[in-house]
Amino acid sequence: MQKQTVFHSRLLPFLLLIPQVAIVLVFFYWPAAQAVWQSFLLQDAFGLSTTFVAFENYVELLHQPEYFNAIVRTFAFSAAIGGASLSSALLLAVMADKPLRGVTVYRTLLIWPYAVAPAIAGVLWMFMLHPSLGVLARGLRAMGIDWNPLLNGNHAVILVVLAATWKQISYNFLFFLAGLQAIPKSVLEAAAIDGAKPIRRFWTVTFPLLTPTIFFLIVVNVVYAFFDTFGIIDAMTGGGPAKATETMVYKVYLDGLLGGNLGSSAAQSVILMVIVIALTAIQFRYIERKVTY
Amino acid sequence: MVERKGIRRYIAHLILWAGIAIVAFPVYLAIVASTQEAAQIANGQMSLLPGGRFLDTYYKTIFIGTSGSTREPVGVMLLNSLVMALSIALGKIAISILSAYAIVYFRFPFRMSIFWLIFITLMLPVEVRIYPTYKIAADLSLLDSYAGLTLPLIASATATLLFRQFFMTVPDELLEASRIDGAGPFRFFKDTLLPLSRTNMAALFVILFIYGWNQYLWPLLITTRDDMQTIVIGIRKMITTSDALTEWPVVMATAVLAMLPPVAVVILMQKLFVRGLVETEK
Repeated sequence: MQKQTVFHSRLLPFLLLIPQVAIVLVFFYWPAAQAVWQSFLLQDAFGLSTTFVAFENYVELLHQPEYFNAIVRTFAFSAAIGGASLSSALLLAVMADKPLRGVTVYRTLLIWPYAVAPAIAGVLWMFMLHPSLGVLARGLRAMGIDWNPLLNGNHAVILVVLAATWKQISYNFLFFLAGLQAIPKSVLEAAAIDGAKPIRRFWTVTFPLLTPTIFFLIVVNVVYAFFDTFGIIDAMTGGGPAKATETMVYKVYLDGLLGGNLGSSAAQSVILMVIVIALTAIQFRYIERKVTY
Repeated sequence: MVERKGIRRYIAHLILWAGIAIVAFPVYLAIVASTQEAAQIANGQMSLLPGGRFLDTYYKTIFIGTSGSTREPVGVMLLNSLVMALSIALGKIAISILSAYAIVYFRFPFRMSIFWLIFITLMLPVEVRIYPTYKIAADLSLLDSYAGLTLPLIASATATLLFRQFFMTVPDELLEASRIDGAGPFRFFKDTLLPLSRTNMAALFVILFIYGWNQYLWPLLITTRDDMQTIVIGIRKMITTSDALTEWPVVMATAVLAMLPPVAVVILMQKLFVRGLVETEK
Protein backbone atom coordinates (compact mmCIF):
# COMPACT_ATOMS: atom_id res chain seq x y z
CA MET A 1 0.00 0.00 0.00
CA GLN A 2 1.31 3.45 -0.89
CA LYS A 3 0.25 6.99 -0.24
CA GLN A 4 -1.22 8.74 -3.28
CA THR A 5 -0.21 12.20 -2.11
CA VAL A 6 3.41 12.72 -1.10
CA PHE A 7 5.91 15.51 -0.69
CA HIS A 8 8.49 16.03 -3.40
CA SER A 9 11.82 16.67 -1.81
CA ARG A 10 15.08 14.94 -2.63
CA LEU A 11 17.14 15.84 0.40
CA LEU A 12 14.68 16.05 3.29
CA PRO A 13 13.76 12.34 3.56
CA PHE A 14 17.43 11.42 3.83
CA LEU A 15 17.96 13.99 6.57
CA LEU A 16 15.01 12.53 8.48
CA LEU A 17 16.45 9.05 8.17
CA ILE A 18 20.02 9.92 9.18
CA PRO A 19 19.73 9.40 12.98
CA GLN A 20 18.08 5.97 12.73
CA VAL A 21 20.25 4.74 9.87
CA ALA A 22 23.48 5.99 11.46
CA ILE A 23 22.75 4.15 14.72
CA VAL A 24 21.64 1.04 12.88
CA LEU A 25 24.82 0.93 10.80
CA VAL A 26 27.25 1.74 13.61
CA PHE A 27 25.72 -0.33 16.41
CA PHE A 28 23.91 -3.13 14.58
CA TYR A 29 25.35 -3.95 11.16
CA TRP A 30 28.99 -3.15 11.79
CA PRO A 31 29.20 -5.27 14.99
CA ALA A 32 27.13 -8.06 13.43
CA ALA A 33 29.50 -8.14 10.45
CA GLN A 34 32.43 -8.14 12.84
CA ALA A 35 30.96 -11.05 14.76
CA VAL A 36 30.69 -13.04 11.55
CA TRP A 37 34.26 -12.13 10.51
CA GLN A 38 35.63 -12.83 14.00
CA SER A 39 34.04 -16.26 13.95
CA PHE A 40 36.38 -17.23 11.10
CA LEU A 41 39.50 -16.13 13.00
CA LEU A 42 41.60 -17.78 15.62
CA GLN A 43 43.43 -15.66 18.17
CA ASP A 44 46.51 -16.91 20.02
CA ALA A 45 46.52 -17.05 23.79
CA PHE A 46 47.98 -13.56 24.22
CA GLY A 47 45.80 -11.89 21.61
CA LEU A 48 48.92 -10.92 19.64
CA SER A 49 48.15 -12.55 16.33
CA THR A 50 45.12 -13.85 14.54
CA THR A 51 44.88 -16.36 11.74
CA PHE A 52 42.08 -17.05 9.33
CA VAL A 53 40.76 -20.54 10.05
CA ALA A 54 37.49 -20.56 8.08
CA PHE A 55 34.98 -22.85 9.79
CA GLU A 56 37.35 -24.34 12.35
CA ASN A 57 35.71 -22.48 15.26
CA TYR A 58 32.32 -23.89 14.26
CA VAL A 59 33.61 -27.43 13.76
CA GLU A 60 35.33 -27.33 17.11
CA LEU A 61 32.22 -25.94 18.82
CA LEU A 62 29.96 -28.62 17.44
CA HIS A 63 32.38 -31.30 18.61
CA GLN A 64 32.48 -29.83 22.09
CA PRO A 65 30.25 -31.79 24.46
CA GLU A 66 29.93 -28.63 26.59
CA TYR A 67 28.38 -26.68 23.74
CA PHE A 68 26.07 -29.54 22.89
CA ASN A 69 24.97 -29.57 26.53
CA ALA A 70 24.36 -25.82 26.47
CA ILE A 71 22.13 -26.23 23.40
CA VAL A 72 20.12 -29.04 24.98
CA ARG A 73 19.86 -27.06 28.21
CA THR A 74 18.65 -23.93 26.42
CA PHE A 75 15.90 -25.84 24.62
CA ALA A 76 14.93 -27.61 27.83
CA PHE A 77 14.70 -24.23 29.60
CA SER A 78 12.51 -22.89 26.79
CA ALA A 79 10.19 -25.88 26.99
CA ALA A 80 9.91 -25.73 30.79
CA ILE A 81 9.45 -21.95 31.04
CA GLY A 82 7.10 -21.80 28.05
CA GLY A 83 5.05 -24.78 29.21
CA ALA A 84 4.69 -23.57 32.78
CA SER A 85 3.97 -19.92 32.01
CA LEU A 86 1.63 -20.59 29.06
CA SER A 87 -0.51 -23.12 30.89
CA SER A 88 -0.86 -21.11 34.09
CA ALA A 89 -1.48 -17.88 32.16
CA LEU A 90 -4.15 -19.59 30.06
CA LEU A 91 -5.91 -20.87 33.18
CA LEU A 92 -5.87 -17.40 34.75
CA ALA A 93 -6.98 -15.70 31.53
CA VAL A 94 -9.95 -18.07 31.11
CA MET A 95 -11.02 -17.25 34.68
CA ALA A 96 -10.48 -13.51 34.21
CA ASP A 97 -12.53 -13.62 30.99
CA LYS A 98 -15.65 -14.60 32.94
CA PRO A 99 -18.13 -11.92 33.94
CA LEU A 100 -17.05 -11.86 37.57
CA ARG A 101 -17.42 -9.10 40.07
CA GLY A 102 -14.17 -7.11 40.41
CA VAL A 103 -12.66 -8.67 37.33
CA THR A 104 -10.82 -5.48 36.30
CA VAL A 105 -9.11 -5.43 39.69
CA TYR A 106 -8.00 -9.03 39.17
CA ARG A 107 -6.60 -8.13 35.77
CA THR A 108 -4.59 -5.20 37.13
CA LEU A 109 -3.24 -7.31 39.97
CA LEU A 110 -2.06 -9.94 37.49
CA ILE A 111 -0.32 -7.82 34.83
CA TRP A 112 2.23 -5.77 36.79
CA PRO A 113 5.04 -8.38 36.96
CA TYR A 114 5.56 -7.54 33.27
CA ALA A 115 7.30 -4.39 34.50
CA VAL A 116 9.74 -6.18 36.84
CA ALA A 117 13.26 -6.57 35.45
CA PRO A 118 14.25 -10.23 34.95
CA ALA A 119 17.32 -9.71 37.13
CA ILE A 120 15.14 -8.35 39.95
CA ALA A 121 12.80 -11.33 39.59
CA GLY A 122 15.90 -13.49 39.98
CA VAL A 123 16.97 -11.67 43.14
CA LEU A 124 13.48 -12.03 44.69
CA TRP A 125 13.28 -15.77 44.05
CA MET A 126 16.86 -16.29 45.17
CA PHE A 127 15.96 -14.59 48.42
CA MET A 128 12.91 -16.81 48.97
CA LEU A 129 14.75 -20.00 48.17
CA HIS A 130 18.22 -19.19 49.46
CA PRO A 131 19.44 -22.35 51.26
CA SER A 132 20.36 -20.68 54.55
CA LEU A 133 17.97 -17.74 54.84
CA GLY A 134 15.12 -18.31 52.40
CA VAL A 135 11.65 -18.48 53.89
CA LEU A 136 10.49 -21.14 51.42
CA ALA A 137 13.75 -23.08 51.80
CA ARG A 138 12.96 -23.35 55.50
CA GLY A 139 9.64 -24.94 54.62
CA LEU A 140 11.28 -27.36 52.20
CA ARG A 141 13.78 -28.42 54.84
CA ALA A 142 10.95 -28.98 57.28
CA MET A 143 9.50 -31.36 54.69
CA GLY A 144 12.80 -33.24 54.65
CA ILE A 145 14.11 -31.94 51.32
CA ASP A 146 17.79 -31.07 51.29
CA TRP A 147 17.25 -27.94 49.19
CA ASN A 148 20.41 -26.21 48.02
CA PRO A 149 20.46 -24.43 44.65
CA LEU A 150 23.99 -23.16 45.33
CA LEU A 151 25.38 -26.70 45.20
CA ASN A 152 22.74 -28.81 43.52
CA GLY A 153 22.45 -28.24 39.77
CA ASN A 154 18.88 -29.54 39.48
CA HIS A 155 17.76 -27.23 42.26
CA ALA A 156 19.43 -24.28 40.50
CA VAL A 157 17.59 -25.16 37.26
CA ILE A 158 14.25 -25.30 39.12
CA LEU A 159 15.00 -21.92 40.68
CA VAL A 160 15.76 -20.27 37.33
CA VAL A 161 12.65 -21.80 35.72
CA LEU A 162 10.47 -20.59 38.63
CA ALA A 163 11.73 -17.01 38.45
CA ALA A 164 11.51 -16.89 34.64
CA THR A 165 7.99 -18.34 34.67
CA TRP A 166 6.83 -15.94 37.38
CA LYS A 167 8.04 -13.02 35.30
CA GLN A 168 6.45 -14.25 32.05
CA ILE A 169 2.96 -15.21 33.27
CA SER A 170 1.65 -11.64 33.12
CA TYR A 171 2.72 -11.19 29.50
CA ASN A 172 1.10 -14.42 28.35
CA PHE A 173 -1.97 -13.61 30.46
CA LEU A 174 -2.48 -10.31 28.62
CA PHE A 175 -2.30 -11.88 25.19
CA PHE A 176 -4.52 -14.81 26.14
CA LEU A 177 -7.09 -12.41 27.57
CA ALA A 178 -7.02 -10.34 24.35
CA GLY A 179 -7.39 -13.55 22.34
CA LEU A 180 -10.31 -14.79 24.46
CA GLN A 181 -12.12 -11.49 24.19
CA ALA A 182 -11.84 -11.61 20.41
CA ILE A 183 -13.78 -14.89 20.26
CA PRO A 184 -17.37 -14.14 19.24
CA LYS A 185 -19.78 -14.94 22.05
CA SER A 186 -22.34 -16.27 19.56
CA VAL A 187 -20.10 -19.25 18.73
CA LEU A 188 -19.91 -20.24 22.40
CA GLU A 189 -23.63 -19.71 22.88
CA ALA A 190 -24.37 -21.97 19.93
CA ALA A 191 -22.21 -24.68 21.47
CA ALA A 192 -23.96 -24.20 24.81
CA ILE A 193 -27.38 -24.57 23.21
CA ASP A 194 -26.16 -27.79 21.61
CA GLY A 195 -25.63 -29.00 25.15
CA ALA A 196 -21.83 -28.76 25.42
CA LYS A 197 -20.67 -28.38 29.02
CA PRO A 198 -18.15 -25.60 29.86
CA ILE A 199 -15.08 -27.84 29.84
CA ARG A 200 -16.08 -29.46 26.58
CA ARG A 201 -16.84 -26.00 25.14
CA PHE A 202 -13.36 -24.88 26.09
CA TRP A 203 -11.57 -27.74 24.34
CA THR A 204 -13.75 -27.93 21.23
CA VAL A 205 -14.45 -24.24 20.60
CA THR A 206 -12.30 -21.82 22.59
CA PHE A 207 -8.97 -23.64 22.41
CA PRO A 208 -8.94 -24.16 18.63
CA LEU A 209 -9.87 -20.51 18.12
CA LEU A 210 -6.97 -19.51 20.37
CA THR A 211 -4.32 -21.42 18.40
CA PRO A 212 -3.03 -18.32 16.56
CA THR A 213 -2.41 -16.62 19.93
CA ILE A 214 -0.81 -19.77 21.33
CA PHE A 215 1.44 -20.05 18.32
CA PHE A 216 2.51 -16.40 18.57
CA LEU A 217 3.17 -16.77 22.29
CA ILE A 218 5.26 -19.91 21.80
CA VAL A 219 7.62 -17.98 19.52
CA VAL A 220 7.78 -15.01 21.91
CA ASN A 221 8.39 -17.31 24.88
CA VAL A 222 11.21 -19.11 23.12
CA VAL A 223 12.89 -15.77 22.38
CA TYR A 224 12.34 -14.78 26.02
CA ALA A 225 13.82 -18.02 27.36
CA PHE A 226 16.81 -17.68 25.04
CA PHE A 227 17.71 -14.04 25.62
CA ASP A 228 15.87 -12.38 28.49
CA THR A 229 16.75 -15.06 31.01
CA PHE A 230 20.32 -13.72 30.89
CA GLY A 231 19.62 -11.31 33.74
CA ILE A 232 17.91 -13.97 35.83
CA ILE A 233 20.75 -16.43 35.40
CA ASP A 234 23.48 -13.88 35.98
CA ALA A 235 21.87 -12.53 39.15
CA MET A 236 20.94 -15.96 40.56
CA THR A 237 23.50 -18.57 39.64
CA GLY A 238 26.14 -17.13 37.32
CA GLY A 239 25.61 -20.20 35.12
CA GLY A 240 26.50 -22.59 37.94
CA PRO A 241 26.73 -24.76 39.86
CA ALA A 242 29.01 -26.72 37.52
CA LYS A 243 27.42 -25.13 34.40
CA ALA A 244 23.97 -26.48 35.32
CA THR A 245 22.29 -23.20 34.29
CA GLU A 246 24.63 -22.12 31.48
CA THR A 247 22.47 -21.35 28.44
CA MET A 248 23.74 -20.57 24.94
CA VAL A 249 23.57 -16.80 25.48
CA TYR A 250 25.27 -17.07 28.84
CA LYS A 251 28.06 -19.14 27.32
CA VAL A 252 28.70 -16.47 24.67
CA TYR A 253 29.17 -14.01 27.51
CA LEU A 254 31.38 -16.25 29.63
CA ASP A 255 33.60 -17.52 26.80
CA GLY A 256 34.17 -14.03 25.44
CA LEU A 257 34.57 -12.24 28.77
CA LEU A 258 36.38 -14.70 30.99
CA GLY A 259 37.78 -17.20 28.54
CA GLY A 260 38.99 -14.53 26.13
CA ASN A 261 38.08 -17.00 23.40
CA LEU A 262 36.72 -14.46 20.95
CA GLY A 263 36.64 -16.70 17.89
CA SER A 264 34.53 -19.31 19.60
CA SER A 265 32.33 -16.70 21.29
CA ALA A 266 31.73 -15.03 17.91
CA ALA A 267 30.87 -18.36 16.26
CA GLN A 268 28.32 -18.95 19.04
CA SER A 269 26.86 -15.48 18.41
CA VAL A 270 26.46 -16.27 14.73
CA ILE A 271 24.67 -19.53 15.53
CA LEU A 272 22.31 -17.59 17.82
CA MET A 273 21.73 -15.02 15.10
CA VAL A 274 20.62 -17.78 12.74
CA ILE A 275 18.17 -19.02 15.39
CA VAL A 276 16.74 -15.50 15.92
CA ILE A 277 16.34 -15.02 12.16
CA ALA A 278 14.47 -18.32 11.91
CA LEU A 279 12.18 -17.44 14.83
CA THR A 280 11.46 -13.96 13.48
CA ALA A 281 10.71 -15.38 10.05
CA ILE A 282 8.22 -17.83 11.58
CA GLN A 283 6.60 -15.00 13.51
CA PHE A 284 6.14 -12.90 10.39
CA ARG A 285 4.79 -15.77 8.33
CA TYR A 286 2.17 -16.04 11.02
CA ILE A 287 1.37 -12.33 11.01
CA GLU A 288 1.05 -12.31 7.21
CA ARG A 289 -1.37 -15.23 7.39
CA LYS A 290 -3.39 -13.42 10.00
CA VAL A 291 -3.61 -10.33 7.84
CA THR A 292 -4.83 -12.18 4.75
CA TYR A 293 -7.52 -14.07 6.62
CA MET B 1 -24.37 -16.69 27.92
CA VAL B 2 -26.07 -19.75 29.31
CA GLU B 3 -23.80 -20.24 32.28
CA ARG B 4 -24.56 -22.03 35.49
CA LYS B 5 -23.77 -19.69 38.34
CA GLY B 6 -22.74 -20.56 41.86
CA ILE B 7 -19.94 -23.00 42.45
CA ARG B 8 -18.13 -22.30 39.16
CA ARG B 9 -17.92 -18.66 40.07
CA TYR B 10 -16.38 -19.40 43.42
CA ILE B 11 -13.80 -21.61 41.75
CA ALA B 12 -12.93 -18.80 39.32
CA HIS B 13 -12.51 -16.31 42.18
CA LEU B 14 -10.40 -18.83 44.05
CA ILE B 15 -8.08 -19.52 41.12
CA LEU B 16 -7.63 -15.81 40.43
CA TRP B 17 -6.83 -15.08 44.07
CA ALA B 18 -4.35 -17.97 44.12
CA GLY B 19 -2.70 -16.53 41.00
CA ILE B 20 -2.48 -13.08 42.53
CA ALA B 21 -1.05 -14.51 45.76
CA ILE B 22 1.70 -16.33 43.87
CA VAL B 23 2.47 -13.28 41.80
CA ALA B 24 2.54 -10.96 44.82
CA PHE B 25 4.24 -13.13 47.44
CA PRO B 26 7.89 -12.53 46.40
CA VAL B 27 7.29 -8.77 46.43
CA TYR B 28 5.52 -8.89 49.79
CA LEU B 29 8.49 -10.77 51.17
CA ALA B 30 10.92 -8.20 49.76
CA ILE B 31 9.00 -5.36 51.40
CA VAL B 32 8.86 -7.21 54.72
CA ALA B 33 12.57 -8.06 54.58
CA SER B 34 13.47 -4.44 53.91
CA THR B 35 11.95 -3.47 57.29
CA GLN B 36 13.78 -6.01 59.44
CA GLU B 37 17.15 -6.37 61.17
CA ALA B 38 19.94 -7.66 58.91
CA ALA B 39 21.11 -10.08 61.59
CA GLN B 40 17.69 -11.63 61.99
CA ILE B 41 17.50 -12.37 58.26
CA ALA B 42 21.07 -13.66 58.08
CA ASN B 43 20.25 -16.14 60.85
CA GLY B 44 17.42 -17.54 58.76
CA GLN B 45 14.96 -16.24 61.37
CA MET B 46 13.13 -13.86 59.10
CA SER B 47 9.59 -13.09 60.22
CA LEU B 48 6.71 -12.93 57.76
CA LEU B 49 5.47 -9.71 59.34
CA PRO B 50 6.93 -6.23 58.82
CA GLY B 51 9.61 -5.07 61.23
CA GLY B 52 10.29 -1.57 62.52
CA ARG B 53 13.23 -0.48 60.41
CA PHE B 54 11.41 0.83 57.35
CA LEU B 55 12.69 4.42 57.47
CA ASP B 56 16.21 3.46 58.59
CA THR B 57 16.70 0.97 55.79
CA TYR B 58 15.33 3.14 53.01
CA TYR B 59 17.26 6.21 54.17
CA LYS B 60 20.45 4.18 54.27
CA THR B 61 19.77 2.53 50.91
CA ILE B 62 18.99 5.71 49.02
CA PHE B 63 21.49 8.13 50.54
CA ILE B 64 24.37 6.17 52.08
CA GLY B 65 24.76 2.77 50.41
CA THR B 66 25.99 -0.48 51.88
CA SER B 67 28.73 -0.08 54.42
CA GLY B 68 30.63 -3.25 53.48
CA SER B 69 32.22 -1.84 50.37
CA THR B 70 32.52 1.26 48.24
CA ARG B 71 29.06 0.88 46.72
CA GLU B 72 27.32 4.03 45.68
CA PRO B 73 24.06 4.96 47.37
CA VAL B 74 21.03 3.73 45.46
CA GLY B 75 19.86 7.31 44.85
CA VAL B 76 22.63 7.69 42.27
CA MET B 77 21.66 4.42 40.62
CA LEU B 78 18.01 5.45 40.50
CA LEU B 79 19.01 8.64 38.75
CA ASN B 80 21.15 6.72 36.23
CA SER B 81 18.29 4.31 35.53
CA LEU B 82 15.90 7.19 35.09
CA VAL B 83 18.18 9.01 32.65
CA MET B 84 18.76 5.79 30.71
CA ALA B 85 15.10 4.78 30.54
CA LEU B 86 13.92 8.26 29.55
CA SER B 87 16.62 8.75 26.91
CA ILE B 88 15.95 5.35 25.37
CA ALA B 89 12.18 5.81 25.32
CA LEU B 90 12.21 9.39 24.00
CA GLY B 91 15.11 8.74 21.64
CA LYS B 92 13.49 5.67 20.12
CA ILE B 93 10.21 7.51 19.62
CA ALA B 94 11.92 10.56 18.09
CA ILE B 95 14.11 8.80 15.56
CA SER B 96 11.44 6.25 14.68
CA ILE B 97 8.71 8.77 14.00
CA LEU B 98 11.10 10.74 11.76
CA SER B 99 12.11 7.70 9.76
CA ALA B 100 8.52 6.49 9.43
CA TYR B 101 7.54 9.95 8.20
CA ALA B 102 10.28 9.89 5.58
CA ILE B 103 9.34 6.41 4.41
CA VAL B 104 5.60 7.01 4.17
CA TYR B 105 5.36 10.62 2.95
CA PHE B 106 8.25 10.87 0.50
CA ARG B 107 9.31 9.07 -2.66
CA PHE B 108 13.06 8.73 -3.00
CA PRO B 109 15.59 6.22 -4.31
CA PHE B 110 16.38 3.23 -2.03
CA ARG B 111 13.24 3.91 0.01
CA MET B 112 12.37 0.24 0.46
CA SER B 113 16.02 -0.81 0.90
CA ILE B 114 16.33 1.59 3.83
CA PHE B 115 13.06 0.30 5.25
CA TRP B 116 14.40 -3.26 5.13
CA LEU B 117 17.73 -2.13 6.55
CA ILE B 118 15.87 -0.89 9.64
CA PHE B 119 13.48 -3.83 9.69
CA ILE B 120 16.22 -6.50 9.77
CA THR B 121 17.64 -5.08 13.01
CA LEU B 122 14.75 -6.89 14.73
CA MET B 123 16.87 -9.98 14.24
CA LEU B 124 20.03 -8.61 15.83
CA PRO B 125 19.42 -8.45 19.59
CA VAL B 126 22.26 -7.02 21.65
CA GLU B 127 22.98 -10.47 23.07
CA VAL B 128 24.25 -11.80 19.74
CA ARG B 129 26.58 -8.93 18.97
CA ILE B 130 27.86 -8.07 22.44
CA TYR B 131 31.65 -8.06 22.03
CA PRO B 132 31.95 -6.23 18.70
CA THR B 133 29.38 -3.66 19.89
CA TYR B 134 31.31 -3.25 23.12
CA LYS B 135 34.52 -2.73 21.16
CA ILE B 136 32.93 -0.09 18.94
CA ALA B 137 31.52 1.71 21.98
CA ALA B 138 34.98 1.61 23.56
CA ASP B 139 36.63 2.94 20.38
CA LEU B 140 34.15 5.81 20.33
CA SER B 141 35.03 6.38 24.02
CA LEU B 142 31.44 5.85 25.12
CA LEU B 143 32.27 3.67 28.15
CA ASP B 144 30.88 4.95 31.44
CA SER B 145 28.75 7.62 29.80
CA TYR B 146 25.04 8.16 29.34
CA ALA B 147 25.58 8.21 25.57
CA GLY B 148 27.16 4.77 25.80
CA LEU B 149 24.32 3.46 27.92
CA THR B 150 21.65 4.63 25.52
CA LEU B 151 22.86 5.18 21.92
CA PRO B 152 23.48 1.52 21.00
CA LEU B 153 19.95 0.60 22.16
CA ILE B 154 18.13 3.52 20.64
CA ALA B 155 17.44 2.26 17.11
CA SER B 156 13.99 0.73 16.93
CA ALA B 157 12.54 -1.36 14.16
CA THR B 158 9.29 -2.02 16.03
CA ALA B 159 8.59 1.65 16.72
CA THR B 160 9.33 2.52 13.08
CA LEU B 161 6.97 -0.22 11.93
CA LEU B 162 4.27 0.94 14.30
CA PHE B 163 4.44 4.57 13.17
CA ARG B 164 4.57 3.50 9.53
CA GLN B 165 1.43 1.42 10.00
CA PHE B 166 -0.29 4.29 11.75
CA PHE B 167 0.67 6.86 9.10
CA MET B 168 -0.76 4.56 6.42
CA THR B 169 -4.18 4.86 8.06
CA VAL B 170 -4.09 8.67 8.10
CA PRO B 171 -6.40 9.80 5.28
CA ASP B 172 -4.75 11.44 2.28
CA GLU B 173 -7.30 14.26 2.46
CA LEU B 174 -5.54 15.63 5.54
CA LEU B 175 -2.32 16.15 3.62
CA GLU B 176 -4.21 17.65 0.67
CA ALA B 177 -6.07 20.02 2.99
CA SER B 178 -2.94 21.27 4.72
CA ARG B 179 -1.25 21.60 1.32
CA ILE B 180 -4.05 23.91 0.24
CA ASP B 181 -3.42 25.87 3.42
CA GLY B 182 0.12 26.27 2.18
CA ALA B 183 1.79 23.92 4.68
CA GLY B 184 5.14 22.37 3.82
CA PRO B 185 6.53 19.05 5.14
CA PHE B 186 7.53 20.55 8.49
CA ARG B 187 4.21 22.27 9.16
CA PHE B 188 2.24 19.18 8.18
CA PHE B 189 4.35 17.02 10.48
CA LYS B 190 4.16 19.40 13.42
CA ASP B 191 0.54 20.57 13.13
CA THR B 192 -1.23 17.49 11.80
CA LEU B 193 0.74 14.27 12.21
CA LEU B 194 2.23 14.80 15.67
CA PRO B 195 -1.08 15.63 17.38
CA LEU B 196 -2.70 12.61 15.70
CA SER B 197 0.09 10.31 16.94
CA ARG B 198 -0.18 11.38 20.57
CA THR B 199 -1.82 8.25 21.97
CA ASN B 200 0.45 5.99 19.92
CA MET B 201 3.45 7.81 21.28
CA ALA B 202 2.19 7.61 24.85
CA ALA B 203 1.50 3.87 24.60
CA LEU B 204 4.90 3.26 23.08
CA PHE B 205 6.53 5.41 25.74
CA VAL B 206 5.21 3.18 28.53
CA ILE B 207 6.63 0.03 26.95
CA LEU B 208 9.95 1.59 25.95
CA PHE B 209 10.46 3.17 29.38
CA ILE B 210 10.11 -0.27 30.98
CA TYR B 211 12.40 -1.76 28.33
CA GLY B 212 15.06 0.86 29.07
CA TRP B 213 14.71 0.66 32.85
CA ASN B 214 15.07 -3.13 32.86
CA GLN B 215 18.12 -3.38 30.58
CA TYR B 216 20.74 -5.68 32.04
CA LEU B 217 23.42 -7.05 29.73
CA TRP B 218 24.36 -3.79 28.03
CA PRO B 219 24.81 -1.64 31.17
CA LEU B 220 26.71 -4.55 32.71
CA LEU B 221 29.28 -4.34 29.92
CA ILE B 222 29.44 -0.61 29.32
CA THR B 223 29.73 0.66 32.90
CA THR B 224 32.73 -0.02 35.10
CA ARG B 225 32.48 2.94 37.46
CA ASP B 226 30.11 2.47 40.38
CA ASP B 227 28.67 5.94 39.98
CA MET B 228 27.47 5.12 36.44
CA GLN B 229 25.65 1.92 37.41
CA THR B 230 21.95 1.44 36.92
CA ILE B 231 19.91 0.05 39.80
CA VAL B 232 19.27 -3.30 38.11
CA ILE B 233 23.03 -3.86 37.80
CA GLY B 234 23.83 -2.38 41.20
CA ILE B 235 21.67 -4.90 43.04
CA ARG B 236 23.50 -7.82 41.47
CA LYS B 237 26.81 -6.45 42.71
CA MET B 238 25.37 -6.19 46.24
CA ILE B 239 24.54 -9.90 46.39
CA THR B 240 27.74 -11.24 44.89
CA THR B 241 29.62 -10.43 48.08
CA SER B 242 29.80 -13.47 50.32
CA ASP B 243 26.64 -14.34 52.24
CA ALA B 244 27.71 -13.14 55.65
CA LEU B 245 28.37 -9.64 54.33
CA THR B 246 25.26 -9.28 52.21
CA GLU B 247 23.00 -6.71 53.83
CA TRP B 248 19.72 -8.28 52.86
CA PRO B 249 17.42 -5.50 54.10
CA VAL B 250 19.33 -3.05 51.86
CA VAL B 251 19.27 -5.48 48.95
CA MET B 252 15.52 -5.97 49.30
CA ALA B 253 14.92 -2.24 49.67
CA THR B 254 16.90 -1.79 46.45
CA ALA B 255 14.78 -4.45 44.74
CA VAL B 256 11.62 -2.64 45.84
CA LEU B 257 12.99 0.69 44.59
CA ALA B 258 14.02 -0.90 41.29
CA MET B 259 10.50 -2.28 40.76
CA LEU B 260 8.59 0.79 41.83
CA PRO B 261 8.91 3.13 38.81
CA PRO B 262 8.16 0.61 36.02
CA VAL B 263 5.36 -1.09 37.98
CA ALA B 264 3.82 2.30 38.77
CA VAL B 265 3.95 3.20 35.09
CA VAL B 266 2.17 -0.04 34.14
CA ILE B 267 -0.55 0.33 36.74
CA LEU B 268 -1.18 4.05 36.14
CA MET B 269 -1.15 3.80 32.37
CA GLN B 270 -2.73 0.35 32.14
CA LYS B 271 -5.02 1.12 29.21
CA LEU B 272 -2.30 2.69 27.10
CA PHE B 273 0.16 0.01 28.07
CA VAL B 274 -2.10 -2.87 27.05
CA ARG B 275 -2.95 -1.17 23.77
CA GLY B 276 0.66 -0.39 23.00
CA LEU B 277 1.80 -3.89 23.82
CA VAL B 278 -0.75 -5.64 21.66
CA GLU B 279 -0.04 -3.22 18.80
CA THR B 280 3.74 -3.47 18.88
CA GLU B 281 3.86 -7.24 19.16
CA LYS B 282 1.28 -8.19 16.59
